[in-house]
Amino acid sequence: MGLNISLAPEVLFYIGTFPVSNTFFWFIIVWLIFIIGALFLKNNLKMVPGKMQNLTEMAISGAYDFTESIIGKGKRAERVFPLVATMFFFILICNLIPYIPGQAAITIYNGQGMVPLFRSIMADYGLVFVMTITTVITVQIITIAVSGPFLYFKKFINLKSPLKFFLGVMDLIGEVAKIVSLSFRLFGNIFAGEVLTAVMLFLMPFIVPLPFAFLGLLTATVQAFVFSVLTLVFISMATEIPEEKLKKKEKKMKTNQEIGQEV
Amino acid sequence: MDIESAKYIAAGLAVGLGAIGPGIGEGIAASKALESIGRNPEASGKITPLMFVSMAITESTAIYALVIALIILFA
Repeated sequence: MGLNISLAPEVLFYIGTFPVSNTFFWFIIVWLIFIIGALFLKNNLKMVPGKMQNLTEMAISGAYDFTESIIGKGKRAERVFPLVATMFFFILICNLIPYIPGQAAITIYNGQGMVPLFRSIMADYGLVFVMTITTVITVQIITIAVSGPFLYFKKFINLKSPLKFFLGVMDLIGEVAKIVSLSFRLFGNIFAGEVLTAVMLFLMPFIVPLPFAFLGLLTATVQAFVFSVLTLVFISMATEIPEEKLKKKEKKMKTNQEIGQEV
Repeated sequence: MDIESAKYIAAGLAVGLGAIGPGIGEGIAASKALESIGRNPEASGKITPLMFVSMAITESTAIYALVIALIILFA
């Protein structure tokens, strides 16, 4: 069989002992596009926007409105927006780049054999894992900041009754499962899309792979959307003040009122 | 049975069984969303993105099965 599929990205060349894989190579290119584009737009801001500025403004304001509709208006949206929007646009550009026609045909010799110069960036588990870890650490920090360290650990380790202890352990497992599910969802979808297209191209080179390419286009957009929306939802769940703290506050207010009435 | 054929059978079983649940679930999600759009066509702009998100989440179990199958086959 001429099919050659590997889970790990192919190494293009080495800088010293650091292996530069094809996903890393393209990641750097996308990163440069983002940095240069941002600097260019920043230096060319006008009151009457041109085409490029108009498009960017539309995308950003649409994304901001959507963020506000999920997490609430004001400072909450302002704080979380940069992280989530960057994730969305980055994943979207990364996923759409494989649809530039012709790039899949370019292969280079890396010392052991021919490897393709291009590979879909999100089909590298390393990058997806790093993004997931960023999300999870952010969520944990926000949870600690909102509920306080004592309540945070009480949620996981609760010795009051066997049932509560069991639920705490389940919560702990849930947090770990979040990492696995979030990262495997994006990685699996993009990698499966790559494999599906490769298999279809291998079986029948003309016309038949076209609908699968459209399906891949849909997946690319939806998965970028899903990853960032899930990050947003996790963060907005973490910003909710836990019940116990609310009860304490109410008690305090009540006692204050009672004291006030007595006085 | 040698290990190679066992691998292929395992991969096929993993995807085949893993796709049943998400298939049913996505069908339910889509039918409910279409039903509600039919009832209230103005809300379609709000329903459609939420439907896509929930469908992608439903789909993830099938994707896990697929990833396991791919790991069995290629890693």
